[in-house]
Amino acid sequence: MAGKQPGGRPLSPHLGVYKWAPSMAVSIFHRITGDGLAIVGALMFLWWLGALAAGPDAYAAFLACVWHDPDAGSVHQVTNILGKVVLVGLTWAFFQHLFSGLRHLVLDTGAGYELRINRLWSILVFVGAILATAAVWLYIAQEALHG
Amino acid sequence: MGNGTSLGRVRGLGASHHGTGHWLQQRLTALGNLLLVGWFVVSLLRLPLGDHGAVLRWASNPMVALGLILMVVSVFWHLRLGLQVMIEDYVHGEAARLLAIVLLNFYAIGGAAYGIFAIARIAFSGGAAA
Repeated sequence: MAGKQPGGRPLSPHLGVYKWAPSMAVSIFHRITGDGLAIVGALMFLWWLGALAAGPDAYAAFLACVWHDPDAGSVHQVTNILGKVVLVGLTWAFFQHLFSGLRHLVLDTGAGYELRINRLWSILVFVGAILATAAVWLYIAQEALHG
Repeated sequence: MGNGTSLGRVRGLGASHHGTGHWLQQRLTALGNLLLVGWFVVSLLRLPLGDHGAVLRWASNPMVALGLILMVVSVFWHLRLGLQVMIEDYVHGEAARLLAIVLLNFYAIGGAAYGIFAIARIAFSGGAAA
């Protein structure tokens, strides 16, 4: 088994010099956003799609729960807020996973492993995901106000 | 496994020769997702999502329905591979891991079937329900 080799050689990772880095953060966020999208995102999509197929009443019930209820009961007032929080979260997770995934496709070619370049693109993934999420929701808010 | 060399003890274990296929499928479905989910998100932003009839007319267009079905296949294939890696890393014990993988397959295949059926229902009724 690993860790039981004879000789008592030092094992990786060397916890004494362990330091958190952007490349590690972007890696674990790739997994968190991917698994989040796989469960929450996919279920929200299927819920929306099923409601769309089931007809106008089912679709209206979906909208009343997730987005806006014209005659809002107290339950829907809460779920309307939760729905928007989840949708903003999914938007961010989508862009984070998308940009991080594109980074992985570049890394797969063997490029981008130099310490400074790797650090730069790790940080840019986070910045890009936040900017793209903000742009999408500013667009949605602007459409809602004028449209 | 035996008590032979280190190589002898690991040979035939690990990814059991399927690791490359898993890796490649993840990349190929990632490219599929890039195109199909990108198209889907832009479409959602351009649609009046509060108008059931308008969204139904869009989704019942044969090219759109085809794109949606391709997206469901690509996305659910990709998420099955990704969640499998998470289970392999975090679920310990053979029985628990096997159960988790079985549930994952039910979720991924069941979810994809539900999605494809819903799209087919929309497409074949031609948006007539609106």
